[in-house]
Amino acid sequence: MESLLIQNGRVIDPANGIDADMDLLLRDGRVAAIAPSGKLRGQGNRTFNARGCIVAPGLIDLHVHLREPGQPHKETIATGTAAAAAGGFTSVCAMPNTSPVNDSPEITRWMQAPERGALVNLFPIAAATVGSMGETLTDFAALNRVGAVAFTDDGKPILDDRLMRDALKHAARLKVPVVQHAEDTRATAGCSMNYGATSFRLGVHGMPNEAEASVVERDIALSRETGGHVHVAHLSTRESLEAVRAAKRQKLRASAEITPHHFTLVDANVGEFNTHYKMNPPLRSTADREALIAGIFDGTIDVIATDHAPHAFHEKQVEFERAAFGITGLETALPLVLTVLHHHFGLPLSRVVELMSTSPAVLFGLQGRGTLAKGAHADVTIFDPKKKWTFEAAQSLSKSRNTPFDGWNFTGRAVATVVGGNVAFEA
Amino acid sequence: MKPLGSLLSINQLTTGQIESILALARRMDPNRPSRLLHGKRVVLLFYEASTRTRTSFEFAAKALGAVTTLVTATSSSIEKGESLIDTGWTIECIGADVIVMRHPNSGSAHLLSRYMSVPVINAGDGMHQHPSQALLDALTILNHKKHLRGLRIVIVGDVYHSRVARSNAELLSRFGAEVIFCGPSDFVPEVAAALAPGVVVSHDLNAAVQGADVVMALRVQKERLRDQHHAVAEYVAQYQVTPQRMKLAKPDAILMHPGPVIRGMELTSEVADGTQSCIHEQVRNGVKVRMAILAMAMGKA
Repeated sequence: MESLLIQNGRVIDPANGIDADMDLLLRDGRVAAIAPSGKLRGQGNRTFNARGCIVAPGLIDLHVHLREPGQPHKETIATGTAAAAAGGFTSVCAMPNTSPVNDSPEITRWMQAPERGALVNLFPIAAATVGSMGETLTDFAALNRVGAVAFTDDGKPILDDRLMRDALKHAARLKVPVVQHAEDTRATAGCSMNYGATSFRLGVHGMPNEAEASVVERDIALSRETGGHVHVAHLSTRESLEAVRAAKRQKLRASAEITPHHFTLVDANVGEFNTHYKMNPPLRSTADREALIAGIFDGTIDVIATDHAPHAFHEKQVEFERAAFGITGLETALPLVLTVLHHHFGLPLSRVVELMSTSPAVLFGLQGRGTLAKGAHADVTIFDPKKKWTFEAAQSLSKSRNTPFDGWNFTGRAVATVVGGNVAFEA
Repeated sequence: MKPLGSLLSINQLTTGQIESILALARRMDPNRPSRLLHGKRVVLLFYEASTRTRTSFEFAAKALGAVTTLVTATSSSIEKGESLIDTGWTIECIGADVIVMRHPNSGSAHLLSRYMSVPVINAGDGMHQHPSQALLDALTILNHKKHLRGLRIVIVGDVYHSRVARSNAELLSRFGAEVIFCGPSDFVPEVAAALAPGVVVSHDLNAAVQGADVVMALRVQKERLRDQHHAVAEYVAQYQVTPQRMKLAKPDAILMHPGPVIRGMELTSEVADGTQSCIHEQVRNGVKVRMAILAMAMGKA
C-alpha cells in the first residue's frame, strides 16, 4: 500500500477550519489521517518533512489554456500540467478554445485520456455553443457526464441575451456554472489594450471598462432570472467588481475570479509596446487595480485563476496590435499571490488557500478537492511562503515563454505538489 | 558626439539631443552635396504609402552621399507573409547601415529596433509617433519665433489618429510651450491632456486660437467623421481654419500643416496659400532635418 506522511508542516485547510501544526497521512490516493504533529509518527512508507512550510489542500486553477488538441506548438496537456505542478497546482480546468473547439464528449474524453500524460488532474470546461460560434448550445448533459465541469465560449463571449439565458437554464439543471469572458466585442474591435492615457500615448485603440461591465451586469440580471450560476472569468474593472458585489449582497449565484497579473500590474506597465503585457482583458488603470485588491480582501472576489495562455515567439514578437493576447501564469501565480497579496498587502495565508483551493473546488463542484478532510483526494500543495527566489522564463516547464515576470524576485513558492498521493513536483 | 542610434520617438530624446539635431539641421544644405555618409546604405522600408516623408528621407540621404533603396510592402517578401523581424534581419544581412521605416502599426519601430543592430529611424508608426515631423516643425517655428517657451500652439483636427500631433505635443511641451489640442471629442478625447505637461484639450476653436502664436491644422479624413452627411458641414463650421479665425490669433501667428492638405476641409485655400502659411517651408525643412537625423544616427556629425 502506497502511503505518504507529510510531517511537521502547518496545515491550513479553511474548509475544515484547520490552521495548526499537524501531520497528514495519505494512502491509496486519499487523505487517511490528519493529526497533531508527531501523533502519526512511524506511519507511511514514505515521509516528507514540511518544516517551515504550509501544507494546503491542492491548489486549483479554474482557467488555463492547454492548447490541446490542435496547437501543440504553444503547449500540450503534458507540458502545461507539468508547469501547473511546478506552480503548486494539483488540478486545472482547461478552456475549450482548442482546435477543434471542445464542444463534444469525444474531445472532452480525449483530453482526459491517460495518453495525454497529464501530471495533475485535468477538468475540461466545454464550449457552451457548437464551435463556440454563438448559435446553438452544446449538449450540456452529455458533456457533463463525461467530465465537463463548466461551460463557456471564453474568448468569444455569449452576447445574445436569449442564448445566455438558455445556457444558464441548462447549467442550472446540472448545477454547474456558465463561465463568461465578459467583453462586449462590438465595443472592442481593433483594440489591443486598456483605454486610457497609456493607450492614447502609444496610439493604440483601447478597450473601455464599460465593455466588460455591461456584459457582467447583463449576466447577473440573467442569473437572477434563471437561477443559473454565472462565473465571471478574469474580472478586471472596478465597475464589474461593483456589479458582482451588489449581486452577492442580493445572494445571487454570481462568482468571480481574478488573475495575478491584474492585481499586480497596470496598463502603464506596457511601457514601449512590450507584448508580454498584452492580454485580454487588458491590464487596467491603477484605480481598477486598487479596487480589485479591495475586492479580494472583502470577499467579492472568490478565486485567483491564472488564464495561463501560452503563445510561441513568432506569435508574440510581432507588431503590438498584431500580437496574440495572453501570457503564461501557472508557475508565477502562487509566487505573486504570496509576494504581492500576502507579504505586501497582508492577506492572511488562510485566505490565500481559500482563493486558490477551497473556493475553486466549491464553485466548480469538484467533490473531495479543496479540502483535507479524511477521505478527500490526496491532492496537497506544500509551499514555503518565505522562500526567496528568482523566476527565469527560460527554466519554465511550459512550452512557451510569454511572461512579463521573467527575472522577477519572489518571496514564496511551492516546494512540493502531491497529486492523488503521488509527488508530481518537488523543488 | 555619441551616435544617436535609433530614432523611435520624441520622448526618447533629451532636450540637448533635440537642440543638437536642430542646430545641425540649420547647417545642412540639400543643394550643397556632402560626402558625410559616402558609401553608407540607407534602406527605406515603407509599409505604407508616403510622398513627402519617403522622398524627403531619400533626398536627405543622397545629399549626404549615401546610397538608398526602397522596399515597399507590395513588392517584396512582406506580401508573402514574412514577419517584420525577419524582413529586418534580411535587410541588415544584405548590408543596410540604417533602416528608415514607415509602418501602419503603432510600436513597429520599437519592435524592429529591439532586434536590429543597425539604427532604425521611425518615419511614422501607426497613430504613435512621427519624430522627424515634430523636429522639422520645431525648426520651422523657430525660424519665426525666438524660442518655444511660452508660445501658445493650437493643434486642430483629428488628434486621436495623428502621430504628428503626439510627436509635436511631446516636443513642444518639453520646451515650455502651451499646446492646445482642439477638435470634436471623437478626435480630441479628454485623455489626450495626459500626454504631456502643458497639454490642454479644447472643443472650441474660436476660443483656442485667441492669442495663438501657431495654428497647426491636421488632416481630417471624411470617413472618420461620424454620421457622414452632417459631419463634414459641421466639422467645417466648427473647426475649419479660416481667415476669420486666423484673425483671432496673434498678428504674427503662423499657420502650419504636416500634409497632405485637404483644402476645403481642415482649412481654406486662402489660409493654406496666405502670408501666414508656412506649409512649404515645413516641407523644405524636412529635408534638412532628415539629413541631420541620418548623420547623427550614424555618428557622423
